[in-house]
Amino acid sequence: MRSRKTIFEESREGRRAYTLPSLDVPAASPDAVLPPGLIRREAPELPEVSEPDIARHFVNLSVLNHHVDRDLYPLGSCTMKYNPKVGEDVANLRGFSELHPLLPEGLVQGALRLTYELGRTLCEITGMDDVTMVPAAGAHGELTGMLLVRAYHEDRGSRRTKVLIPDSSHGTNPASVEIAGYEAVEIRSDSRGRIDADSLKSHLSEDVAAIMVTNPNTLGLFETEICKIAGLVHDAGGLVYMDGANMNALLGISRPGDFGIDIAHLNLHKTFSTPHGGGGPGSGPLVVKEELTPYLPVPVVGREGDTYRFVYDTPKSIGRIHTFYGNFSVLIKAYCYVLMCGAHGLREAAESAIINANYLLSKLRDGFMVPYDGVCKHEFVLSGKDKLKAGVRTADIAKRLMDYGFHPPTVYFPLIVEEALMIEPTETESRETLDRFAEALGRINAEIEADPEKVKGAPYSTPVRRVDEAMAARKIDVAE
Amino acid sequence: MVYIPRTEQEKTEMLRVIGVKTFDDLLADVPEDLRLERELDLPPPLSEFEAKTALRNLASMSLDPDEWTCFLGGGAYDHYIPSIVDHISSRSEFYTAYTPYQPEVSQGTLQSIFEFQSLITRLTGMDISNASLYDGGTAIAEAVLMANAVNGRKHVIVSGCINPLRLAVLEAYLGSSGFKISVTGREGGATDPEEVRSLAGEDTCCVVLENPNFFGVVENGKPIGDIAQTSGALFIVSVDPISLGLLKPPSEYGADVVVGEGQSLGNSLSFGGACLGFIATRSQHIRRLPGRIVGRTVDADGNRCFCLTLQTREQHIRRERATSNICTNQALLALRATVYLCWLGKHGIAEVANLCLSKTVYAHRQLLDAGFSPRFTGPFFKEFTIKMPVDAATVVERLAGQRIAPGIPLGRFYENETETLLIAFTEKRTKAEIDELVLALKNAAGKGRGGS
Repeated sequence: MRSRKTIFEESREGRRAYTLPSLDVPAASPDAVLPPGLIRREAPELPEVSEPDIARHFVNLSVLNHHVDRDLYPLGSCTMKYNPKVGEDVANLRGFSELHPLLPEGLVQGALRLTYELGRTLCEITGMDDVTMVPAAGAHGELTGMLLVRAYHEDRGSRRTKVLIPDSSHGTNPASVEIAGYEAVEIRSDSRGRIDADSLKSHLSEDVAAIMVTNPNTLGLFETEICKIAGLVHDAGGLVYMDGANMNALLGISRPGDFGIDIAHLNLHKTFSTPHGGGGPGSGPLVVKEELTPYLPVPVVGREGDTYRFVYDTPKSIGRIHTFYGNFSVLIKAYCYVLMCGAHGLREAAESAIINANYLLSKLRDGFMVPYDGVCKHEFVLSGKDKLKAGVRTADIAKRLMDYGFHPPTVYFPLIVEEALMIEPTETESRETLDRFAEALGRINAEIEADPEKVKGAPYSTPVRRVDEAMAARKIDVAE
Repeated sequence: MVYIPRTEQEKTEMLRVIGVKTFDDLLADVPEDLRLERELDLPPPLSEFEAKTALRNLASMSLDPDEWTCFLGGGAYDHYIPSIVDHISSRSEFYTAYTPYQPEVSQGTLQSIFEFQSLITRLTGMDISNASLYDGGTAIAEAVLMANAVNGRKHVIVSGCINPLRLAVLEAYLGSSGFKISVTGREGGATDPEEVRSLAGEDTCCVVLENPNFFGVVENGKPIGDIAQTSGALFIVSVDPISLGLLKPPSEYGADVVVGEGQSLGNSLSFGGACLGFIATRSQHIRRLPGRIVGRTVDADGNRCFCLTLQTREQHIRRERATSNICTNQALLALRATVYLCWLGKHGIAEVANLCLSKTVYAHRQLLDAGFSPRFTGPFFKEFTIKMPVDAATVVERLAGQRIAPGIPLGRFYENETETLLIAFTEKRTKAEIDELVLALKNAAGKGRGGS
């Protein structure tokens, strides 16, 4: 493939795409109204291109992407499900998209009501009492949650310093804990890939502010002792936080509020079908039990009869964690999804996600090591460890999958599985797609036996061949 | 469920392949007392038509954008969004992709982020930029955390003229980690360098300035940057990117880190989100920069291509020692900003900035001619403050009947600014709309304190 030009290389002096409204007031000369030292003297070197240039450039870039509308995107813990098109349409309704965030509340009742109702819906789904819709992503929800934990303990005059995190957790968990000023203490998973309640006891003390669990965990396994774990942490005066990234497995099946969770974030861009946008925007609402309500970030959306308003008079609040109210445009899409699913549809989504994962696992069990076998929930983890003897790493398998038209699963995560392949098919994939994927992995398995070099040289049919990521880190070139 | 491609028969067959009889067998590891024995208490499912109608009804409960003229700014601006932006960002190749972890099948996202980073560096005058942050407020907070990682200090000096909402975000982020935050006064509507000098010392981590500031005043950054430099602190400048078509890039007055809100670059207001935070800095700080960074490299055939780079700074590799906890960012908004900045180009960015300036200067003159007095007197770009003879929130209410949202009453942020109105003008506001605003404000103000 020939290298693609950057938009800067396509720039030609004198070309332009913009048209702007005519100047209908007297022209103000910057030199006349601004101190000379504050004025830009050299125009920024933005590209000079026409609109057709822009259309070609970005459309040609777009087709280089793998994406959900094209084929399976089985990234574990990312829940790359289909994104209903209607969500895009309703988010673009001008009564939402053209609302300024600082308009008087009386002029934004629709937006407030949507935020309020989606929040109540999330409380029902999770069995929790209250919610903030502000966090802009899962990790933002985690940080907010940890700030709530801190506020809760400080309000009780207790200074705790540690947060317990299983070794299978998402990387954002310990990072969020650190930013909130806590020490992250790793606890080891047991031979079943779960937290062992008895061994947890040795970690508990008056220093422990909270435990951060993921349920189902990143191995796709339900934490069977979750109630006991929560009880032990509560007895020690700590709180239980749940990373809700994997909530897709639990919709209508089991509720965090019913198994001892005090705080949980949800990922609307995973469980509630809003698109990932190539890395965002997401949305990470936080649901809490009522004892955490006083600390929620401002503003909270409240309701009085048929009127909705922002509530700021919460003196114990952790304050503001987003300039405005979070990623409202994402809330619209999630709300539309929930309206169309109803209780039955949500339960069916979770059931089908679990069926799809178990079906795929049963198809792959013969060809790959399954370090923690048994029924899984929405995802499962394989190990490519036994392929190392042929010189093939999991990274090679991932790259070879691209030649069969698939996006690879999450690889080398969770960290507790060597050569991990973490697979989450989601409920929106058909049986035929799962069969094709299993067949591709089966053929790669055969290739590892017969011609490992072929696998190690993959991919061959992608827009670019294997990318030298080491060189990118060595010779830093991050702007043109 | 229409988004689940499976018939009952297929479900039965799949369960058979799995080797179980019923779905419940797959819940073997979920203790029975934790299983929800009832359906969730939610309204019955709607058809697409019904859902769309429900959402339309909600949208219509707020103001009708066709009928209202909006002069609100304060960190979110009603600039024109060209059609090409929506058309590119609504390609499912972009919006249904994930974070580009696998570069061989993500070159579209990766190259567009590389171009975004490049555009931000060109606009701000800095060397490097990341792939985006949540919004302008969290970008300031991340910049301060980054400054702390660079020099280990914990005293943060913040201009009292920065957006109070962003200041609140900074306080919430830093509140639990032993930082000391000194906020300067805002009496003159601009940051007083002497006050910064009196606060700065060997323990100063960074100085945070916003330019133009919350009151619309264009700050003179140079003396403040010099003070930061003298005390070995980092100088963090938060900017409105549109202003950089006209105003000196912060790199020229000593900025070490430039952050800002990129909503104004081709992104809709959307009630304040999704927004677009950006952060740019000098090359030497690249390993302290939060979030994703895309770098250029080559593939196995030697062809130029792109990938996420320096991931060892990030949470998924470094966990508790990461530079930030950010994972999902605002990628699609960054793509829209990229397309928008290409659409404007080198000359369009100056032209749109000049249009804003001319409209704002015109409006200012008209308001002064009508007898209003400015609250602050510093130079401004696309936003300024006016002192109303009555409570500004009352004025806002009075103008509702004429379908004019005249600005932001600052009493909601500052106790002693109840009569101050912050008014913004983008290139979309016409002379006729401005004249109507001036007349309406004059009438509303003339009614005095009593009437309404």
